[in-house]
Amino acid sequence: MDVFLQQVLSGLATGGIYASLALALVMIYQATDVVNFAQGEMAMFATYLAWSMLNAGMSYWLTFVATLAIAFVAGVAIQRIIIRPVETAPILTIVIVTLGLLVILNSVAGWIWTYLQKPFPSPFPREPIRIGGIVFGAHDVGEIAVTLVMLALLFAFFRFTPLGLAMRAAAQNPVSSRLAGIRVGWMLALGWGLAAVFGAVAGLMVAPVLTLDPNMMGGIQIYAFAAATLGGFGSPVGAVVGGFIVGITENLVGTYVSFIGTELKLTVALAMIIVVLLVRPAGLFGRTVVRRV
Amino acid sequence: MPAILEVEALEAFYGRTKALHGVSFAMDEGGITTVLGANGAGKTTTLRAICAMIRRSGSIRFAGQRIEGRGTEDIVKLGIAHVPEGRGTFVDLTVEENLRVGAWARRAGGSVAEDMTRVFGYFPILAERRRQVAGTLSGGEQQMLAVSRALMLRPRLLLLDEPSLGLAPLIVREIFRILRAINREAGVSILLVEQNASLALDLADHVFLLETGRMVLSGTSDVLKRDDAIRRSYLGY
Repeated sequence: MDVFLQQVLSGLATGGIYASLALALVMIYQATDVVNFAQGEMAMFATYLAWSMLNAGMSYWLTFVATLAIAFVAGVAIQRIIIRPVETAPILTIVIVTLGLLVILNSVAGWIWTYLQKPFPSPFPREPIRIGGIVFGAHDVGEIAVTLVMLALLFAFFRFTPLGLAMRAAAQNPVSSRLAGIRVGWMLALGWGLAAVFGAVAGLMVAPVLTLDPNMMGGIQIYAFAAATLGGFGSPVGAVVGGFIVGITENLVGTYVSFIGTELKLTVALAMIIVVLLVRPAGLFGRTVVRRV
Repeated sequence: MPAILEVEALEAFYGRTKALHGVSFAMDEGGITTVLGANGAGKTTTLRAICAMIRRSGSIRFAGQRIEGRGTEDIVKLGIAHVPEGRGTFVDLTVEENLRVGAWARRAGGSVAEDMTRVFGYFPILAERRRQVAGTLSGGEQQMLAVSRALMLRPRLLLLDEPSLGLAPLIVREIFRILRAINREAGVSILLVEQNASLALDLADHVFLLETGRMVLSGTSDVLKRDDAIRRSYLGY
């Protein structure tokens, strides 16, 4: 039972990372119908910037805030400079552009920081937390807390601020939004900025576990895809719930199904994507969209 | 009375196809003007061209200010609210959120809550449904919401595109009654595009007739109601 609870908690911790990245994917997908394949690499790049700042002697939480701020600005800039010119192009063109961005960010990171793995600090204490007879990793608990705080902030932003409302309106009905005086193009750019922030949080939280290298987010991105698919690409809540479900499932299957172990864990994510697409393509929280062709 | 809107030699294009061939008209501040015409005459296009939703050329003045070089968002900020064909409802937002979106660009002061109370005064049913997702409203309620959303801008000019489309006659009459009240009480000028000519002629004080992208006739509604050609073609008696 203890092992079970520990695995669930550590599943929630990694699930939080998948949830953050999945949320980033869904935010962009909802607003623009684009799946940003470079989301993970943007997060990796932000984490490297944080690593450089930490190495320069900045405190952790200052670095944390600065990284998120840079990620936001960079996300906005990427949308305005790279994505916007191809906005009206066929979907495949945009997909290729984001794939190109993925490759570029990966190589540039390798070029600047090399492909050698770098240890990345956790802001949380090393000593595990004991509750009853069960031992939890402090980083796991901290990770869950950070994820939940970020989600609460995002929810409050979209729910209670005029800007959040304008962004939702722009994603939903661009024509009507323009007639309400909303600058839809800028709202999309803000969406990219926010998505980049969530990606950066995922990167910062996962780097202490995986150690930092340019390919760090590759696997995470696949889990995030699984999470977004499971929850439904159209549903932010679904992405978050999907992230946690994928995290827990991955951990439990890895622990209790002996032949999977740690080596085949990624396969679980891919299997989940396929099963969801076969059984319920819109995902748990998604709605089936009927389009007239 | 000063003109709120002056349009001169307005041309508009869908891709390379010219849809308006030099439309000119002016409307008085505080008035209700309607544009009549058959399907495809260019009524909707005229409204879209005023709001820069399509490529256009010619001169457009709003309250004396030239707006033909401006983008949609800027034109809206000047105080032109456009209720588009098909109502443009934000179906996943609640009624209240729809109204807040409508207030996004306004420059006039005053509280949004106060204005919301005011539009709820015009359309009490919306007050009952304020927390409901707008996609679940009936067609008539969505049209009321669309008009209300436009009013949240505190516009000087309201462009209405076929507000009667697909609605039951009783509801249409109710909406038109309130449009008149809005015009009188709030002093909002209205430019109405409408298929239902007899309704439009009853509401409007000035009428323009569009045929295949050209203005062919204009006058006060009292005079045009008695015009034989208009009666035969648009009123059907």
